[in-house]
Amino acid sequence: MRKAELLMAIAMACLSVYFMWKSAELPIGWIPDEGPGGGAWPFWLSVIMLGCCGVTIYRWFRKTGPIASSGQVYMEPKVIVDVGLVAASLVVTVAAFYIIGVYGALPLFMIFYLKIIGNHSWRLTALVSVLVPVATFMFFEVALKITLPKGYTEPAFYPIYRLLL
Amino acid sequence: MIETLNLLLEGFTVALQPLNLGLIVLGCTIGLFIGAMPGLGSVNGVAILLPLTFLVPPTGAIIFLAAIYYGAMYGGAISSIMLGIPGASTAVATTFDGRPLAMQGKADKALTIAAVASFVGGTISVLLFTFFAPPLAKVALVFGSPEEFALMLLAFATFVGLGGDDIPKTIFSVCIGLVLSAVGVDIISGEPRLIFFDISGFYHGINFLVLAIGIYGIGEMLWTVEEQTKAGGRSMLSDATITLARTLSNLKDILHAWKALLMGSLLGYFVGILPAAGATPGSLMAYGVAKQISKDSHNFGKGAVDGVAAPESANNAASTGSMLPMLTLGIPGSPTTAILLGGMVIWGLEPGPRLFVDHQEFVWGLIASLYAANLFAVIINIAFIPAFIGILKLPFTILAPIIFVLCLIGGYAPTQDLHDVWLMIGFGIMGYLMRKLDYPLAPAVLAIVLGPLAEPALRQSLLIDNGSFAIFFTRPFAAPIMITALVLLAVPLIRPALRLIARN
Repeated sequence: MRKAELLMAIAMACLSVYFMWKSAELPIGWIPDEGPGGGAWPFWLSVIMLGCCGVTIYRWFRKTGPIASSGQVYMEPKVIVDVGLVAASLVVTVAAFYIIGVYGALPLFMIFYLKIIGNHSWRLTALVSVLVPVATFMFFEVALKITLPKGYTEPAFYPIYRLLL
Repeated sequence: MIETLNLLLEGFTVALQPLNLGLIVLGCTIGLFIGAMPGLGSVNGVAILLPLTFLVPPTGAIIFLAAIYYGAMYGGAISSIMLGIPGASTAVATTFDGRPLAMQGKADKALTIAAVASFVGGTISVLLFTFFAPPLAKVALVFGSPEEFALMLLAFATFVGLGGDDIPKTIFSVCIGLVLSAVGVDIISGEPRLIFFDISGFYHGINFLVLAIGIYGIGEMLWTVEEQTKAGGRSMLSDATITLARTLSNLKDILHAWKALLMGSLLGYFVGILPAAGATPGSLMAYGVAKQISKDSHNFGKGAVDGVAAPESANNAASTGSMLPMLTLGIPGSPTTAILLGGMVIWGLEPGPRLFVDHQEFVWGLIASLYAANLFAVIINIAFIPAFIGILKLPFTILAPIIFVLCLIGGYAPTQDLHDVWLMIGFGIMGYLMRKLDYPLAPAVLAIVLGPLAEPALRQSLLIDNGSFAIFFTRPFAAPIMITALVLLAVPLIRPALRLIARN
């Protein structure tokens, strides 16, 4: 836990410096008749962020505070596998939106989650994997007219559009 | 007073006509479901259904839109409590305590409190609306940029306490939220700002929902996956049940929260009537103040009843309040009222002081319909609670992928850009990792919501006084708010120093 606290504080300090550098692309001082420059607000907030990270690192060295003095493990190996698997499946699903679209990727995600992670029956897996995309289509595309990405599967939807929209 | 009551009575004869009554019930129901859907809020519902109103007379049309607005205010709490994902920005604060209550198997309690608090907030605000509309509209006009910024700072100050004792991490969280809200185009100079790695998706800024769904949707679910792994894969998200006895006991609990309800309603209403403020800052401030005044303050963030009652009463009160400047001055107090204003203009109902004279029947019909909408919304909401509880009883491995799907679509819907979905996943994973290290994340969500209001207010104020901060301390309304905010900010910073002195 202590190592994670230090690494996170250093990473956030680096992020603050990066924000300061990006903010400084616009004026950060006072411009006569215009007021504070466009970069002033995010720049000075990033300076405060950097200061907060400094305090966290200082406390880490002093071993003050519940995390800085904790002897617990940050993430157990089994947790890394389980959480990592779910996070990776989300990343793969969104990447698949570009190719097979929402209505190709969502059923695959549902099958993965229900069958492989949840160990549910094929019947339930099939039912939920079909119902969720259908409900999504009816609610977002038909009722609310919000078009979701379809990738290369777009032409397959033309007949449905003609029928329902 | 008697004249007002007579006018209100006439209003009821309009609102309770069968067609208008039907529109109120339909509007509340549609609003409830739109508000409950992550990524969609009252503004989407009112905008999407605006064309439908051409099928009915003008008064009925506006009553219908106002009922959707009201229903959505109730509905926003549902996904906040059940899924931990705020249905709309107005329901962000409800997540802080509503979600922990649901995780403790008390989703029925949280939902009942949210519904009744919304009803109380709505009713108090409609009463205030009925009797004090014109003088309050004048007060709202006094609020300029310095007052607005002071109010925003007060909201942040009341929230610094949210992070428990870890003040540096809380301040970090507020600042990162504010910086993220500055991404996009600088609204004053019009120049691109903080366009990371020149990725074009950053040009439209970072929608608050991307951060909120990332942290409270994806991050929360990853957290639950970890909890499930540690507990050996036990399978339910919440073991909530609902019975008549439990409902009665929940209603009794609400009586104990009267202070939070009253404060939330009054604060929400007042913030709501300020132009450009609206229900989101109102509910967040009410949560912060409730935490300061509650006897149960140590329980905030862990499932405090006051923590649900205050923001829920405030967001409904603010939604009524934001109609006041719209009707009396023609200035919308929130994005939704801006669309309502558009609807009224289409129908030839020009908002402004003359509206109360020229279109009395419409104005009082609308006000009376707000009373009716409030009543129907609470009935419809409570009637659906058993169904919502039933959903929570699904095994985690069935509910989890459905929630993930809602998150992905909810993150995509507001801007219809996959860039936002990637950002949301990134925020979710970072939020999960930071939460494990006690970084409070609620202040970041508050900051990204209020940032776009706070920055222009600060810059305009400084411009008025040629760069001097004295402007915040010399105006009669700004000064007391600013001083209160600074005192509140100073207290947690001074506290460790005082503790050190006491120890020595």
